[in-house]
Amino acid sequence: MSDAGMSPSRRTLLRGLAGAAGISVAGGLISACSSSGSGSGTPSSGSSTGSSGTVGGTVSFGSNYSDPGVKAAFASLCTAATAATGAQIKINTVDHNTFQQDITAYLQGTPDDLFTWFAGYRMQYFAAQGLALPIDDVWAKIGGNFNAAAKTLSTGLDGHQYMVPIYNYPWVVFYNKSVFAAKGYTVPTTWDQLIALAKKMKTDGIIPFAFADKDGWPALGTFDILNMRINGYDYHIKLMKHEIPWTDPGVTQVFQHWAELMPYMQTGANGRIWQDAAKTLEAKQAGMLYQGTNQVAQQYVTDKANLADLDFFVYPEINPSYAQDYMDAPTDGFMISKKAKNVDAAKAILEYIGTGAAEADFLKTDQWDVGLAQGLSAPTYDAIQKKSVVEIGKCKAVAQFMDRDSDPAMATAMIAIIQKFIDDPSTGNIATLQKSAEAQAKTIYTS
Amino acid sequence: MSSATDTQVPAAAPAKARRRRGLRRLSARDRVVVALLLGIPLLLDLAFVWFPALATVFLSFTKWNGVGGLHTKTCLPNVPSILNNGCLYGIQNYHQAVTIYPEFWPAVRHNLIWLAVFVLFATPLGMLFAVLIDRGIKGSRMYQSILFLPVMLSLALIGIIWEFMYSQNLGLINTVIGRNGNSNAIDWLGNPHLNLWAVLVEATWRQAGYVMVLYLAGLKAVDPTLREAAVVDGANAWQTFWRVVFPVMRPINVVIMVVTVIESLRAFDLVYITNKGINGLELLSVLVTSNIVGETQRVGFGSALGVVLLVISLVPICIFLFQTFRRESREGPS
Amino acid sequence: MTTDSSLSGSLPRVQAVRPADSGRPRKPRPWGQIASQLFLISASVLWLLPILFALYIALRPYSETTKYGYVSLPHSLTLKNFSDAWSTSGMPHFFWNSVLITVPAVVIVLALASGVAFVLTRVDVKVNVALLILFTAGNLLPQQVIITPLYRLYLLIPLPSFLSGSGLMYNSITGLVAVNVAFQLGFCVFVLSNYMKSIPEEMYEAALVDGAGLWTRFWRLTVPLCRPALAALATLLTTWIYNDFFWAITLMSSGDKRPVTSALANLQGQFVSNQNLIAAAAMIAAVPTLVVYILLQKQFIAGLSLGSSKG
Repeated sequence: MSDAGMSPSRRTLLRGLAGAAGISVAGGLISACSSSGSGSGTPSSGSSTGSSGTVGGTVSFGSNYSDPGVKAAFASLCTAATAATGAQIKINTVDHNTFQQDITAYLQGTPDDLFTWFAGYRMQYFAAQGLALPIDDVWAKIGGNFNAAAKTLSTGLDGHQYMVPIYNYPWVVFYNKSVFAAKGYTVPTTWDQLIALAKKMKTDGIIPFAFADKDGWPALGTFDILNMRINGYDYHIKLMKHEIPWTDPGVTQVFQHWAELMPYMQTGANGRIWQDAAKTLEAKQAGMLYQGTNQVAQQYVTDKANLADLDFFVYPEINPSYAQDYMDAPTDGFMISKKAKNVDAAKAILEYIGTGAAEADFLKTDQWDVGLAQGLSAPTYDAIQKKSVVEIGKCKAVAQFMDRDSDPAMATAMIAIIQKFIDDPSTGNIATLQKSAEAQAKTIYTS
Repeated sequence: MSSATDTQVPAAAPAKARRRRGLRRLSARDRVVVALLLGIPLLLDLAFVWFPALATVFLSFTKWNGVGGLHTKTCLPNVPSILNNGCLYGIQNYHQAVTIYPEFWPAVRHNLIWLAVFVLFATPLGMLFAVLIDRGIKGSRMYQSILFLPVMLSLALIGIIWEFMYSQNLGLINTVIGRNGNSNAIDWLGNPHLNLWAVLVEATWRQAGYVMVLYLAGLKAVDPTLREAAVVDGANAWQTFWRVVFPVMRPINVVIMVVTVIESLRAFDLVYITNKGINGLELLSVLVTSNIVGETQRVGFGSALGVVLLVISLVPICIFLFQTFRRESREGPS
Repeated sequence: MTTDSSLSGSLPRVQAVRPADSGRPRKPRPWGQIASQLFLISASVLWLLPILFALYIALRPYSETTKYGYVSLPHSLTLKNFSDAWSTSGMPHFFWNSVLITVPAVVIVLALASGVAFVLTRVDVKVNVALLILFTAGNLLPQQVIITPLYRLYLLIPLPSFLSGSGLMYNSITGLVAVNVAFQLGFCVFVLSNYMKSIPEEMYEAALVDGAGLWTRFWRLTVPLCRPALAALATLLTTWIYNDFFWAITLMSSGDKRPVTSALANLQGQFVSNQNLIAAAAMIAAVPTLVVYILLQKQFIAGLSLGSSKG
């Protein structure tokens, strides 16, 4: 229920952030804890559904939930939504990566009425182009179910809401409890402890860090967390908006720390998909894996591996001023396309989804994400999910992940750059890569 | 009858003279038929092939992210991109491609490597297959069928099939050579120094069969009397081929070379299905696609890359057209 | 036989007379023969290896390959991967999409191309050569050169709902048919015009005497004579359009409307945890082209030769 453990100062901070959200700064993304327990004085029942009366017709729902686990959860959510609103839902699933690739074409061409998408600048970018429908009226009804941070995540650059969130998940370091117990490893809380642990694992014949970057995006997470640990949250967000150049010494520090870590990371990452890295962890051939619960825990479930053995810890501290205050906790949600045909039914469905009940329903089959509705503690939460809620709640601010926080073209450029870094983490190469990132950023963010 | 057609027979026509009836001599009904038979396909071709080709050139001088309209104002310098959309950008796209875009020169290099491998290895290999099979040794039909099989498969399919061969920990190649452990696995498709060559093996696997068949057709068309004459003169098989057959096949050789060049410029599917064309597998065709058809749309920039590809492709295309239609214009009256 | 017919009937006389080894050394040196045989055998084995390996993986259960890897002797073989791939991935649906795209496209291309070829070879429109060049060159351009404006064009052209579920040319089967037709037109025009040139003028003379109009000369006279070329081209086109990947992934965004070749890319993502299923799906997707190959290999090769050799 309501978590009274939040300090008053944090509550003030959140309220302040909520106030600032009303001012549309260019790219004014303000991420904050999307914890389900941050009470700001509102009732925590989280079950008010608003007046989602019965509407008719069919609504098409474009989805990128192609992995079998989340696909099932989404299907059950749609069934529940149909029951609640009366609108029939036609799900149109596209492969996860392909959906993202095609999004601009999709939204301009023949989009479904509703579609799955992500919070962050990535959402604001498309909303600013006029490709999504503002849903302020939906938020008028469901606003009470979410805290200010969640609402900010759903707001576009112009101050209107465009998205209804469904879940979020943290990026953390996974490990198998049995391995740690058997070999006598302890969870590291500082950088030096992490390196020492990695060294020990290597001598024990275990790959310290499973690592995969064939798709390009997984490694962005490592950059993010290192940046937030070393330089802090504000620096990170500014960098994502190119208010700080990529040639800044702070960025160099990030890459240098990463280079320290590289000897302990699984080789051949650029040819390996993350699912295979997760399998290495399952098979206990690797000791740790830094990735999102949405991926790793889901993979454990799909592969019927020992989920009870899986545990995680938050990335260790590097710079004491920032400790472990920040993390990436991307939020997924749903939006209505500008070209939607059945807008009323779509809005009704969103009104249903924006409730704790709907989230709990979704999370019945989803054992790896956590909802954002206030006070939501779904009865089906397993250990991983319960811990996720706690850890997300602990942090002072939460980012959305590089490919959601920065311009899409920049994220693409960074994917290539980081893959080159993985190939050659030498100092000289770092300097070259930084220069290249900055040159490209200039052409992407300004003319 | 003959007097009417006589005037149309060209003076130096080869044995099978064609006479075309001018439009003027056709009835009205026939003219409608001509208009339809020629006009509809022409319209289709112009609308869906040539108009886009020209439009690409125009778009390459703009900066546009694909949303909203295009206008003919010039882009303002030093303004956030989101406000500067659909405007004229001059040759900036080309400049950026050549100086800043880190994937451009690798892509050009890879395309050239692809071309070189095709010209120096895949095509000669196909020719070799053709020559050997043409000798009529036992089992030729079977060899031909087997070597040609990859040509029937979609390139996307070929990419998927070969991923099993190249898989790091489980693939055939790594297992056979004993490098499939977690620490010593050869990352064929992920190592940017290796993956282009790995994909080129796949491309050769397909290209050789294709060239083989084309070359076989050409070989079969060579007048056997030439060969008989060479044998009578005491030439062995090797000499017969190089001194007699090969020179006669010059037109076929040109066609095959052009086909080879065009196929290497068109390479896309294999690379895309393997890893979407990043990290060592950059090709101009994939760069165009990833800038135009993707989450991040840089339409103007992608079009500029497309124009580069177009200009490079025009060279073999023009050679082909010249070679093919040179006789055409000499032959028939226009 | 069909190969030779493409060459404007230049060698019928020799064909009948020539024994199998004519024009070649009477007694091929044994080591030359053996070397060739060895080379071709090893090449054939290497060539078949990838396909057989993929087939092998498709026939083995997932649990086995996870434990023992792909390169291991089988404990059991199963067809379950095939049935799973077939039923859970929607392959029948994708195949149907492929049929909906390929069949109309092939028919339309051949119809249009034969018309154009006929006009350009039999009617003097003053720019015959230029038009031929226009058509031929259109087919030689890489697809990526024209995709941007084409894509935007597709987003703009409206279609009635019975032709397109989306109301636009984008993301519709009609759109894919149209682009395949436009793109393959050039090659077919080129090949057919070459072929039609070899039809003797006397036949047209006779038809003219009988008072046949242009359409009749085309439809009743030329097209039947072109049957071998049309058959060869049909085989080629079916394979090429079925195997097309680029147009489908760029102009078709709905996963379920994609033809089977591009749907495989989707399936790669869907079955990423179970590679055996992907192998099975790939094998299934290859079946139609293999069928064409086994039944119509001669026509296919004839079509290629038609395209490469100029009469």
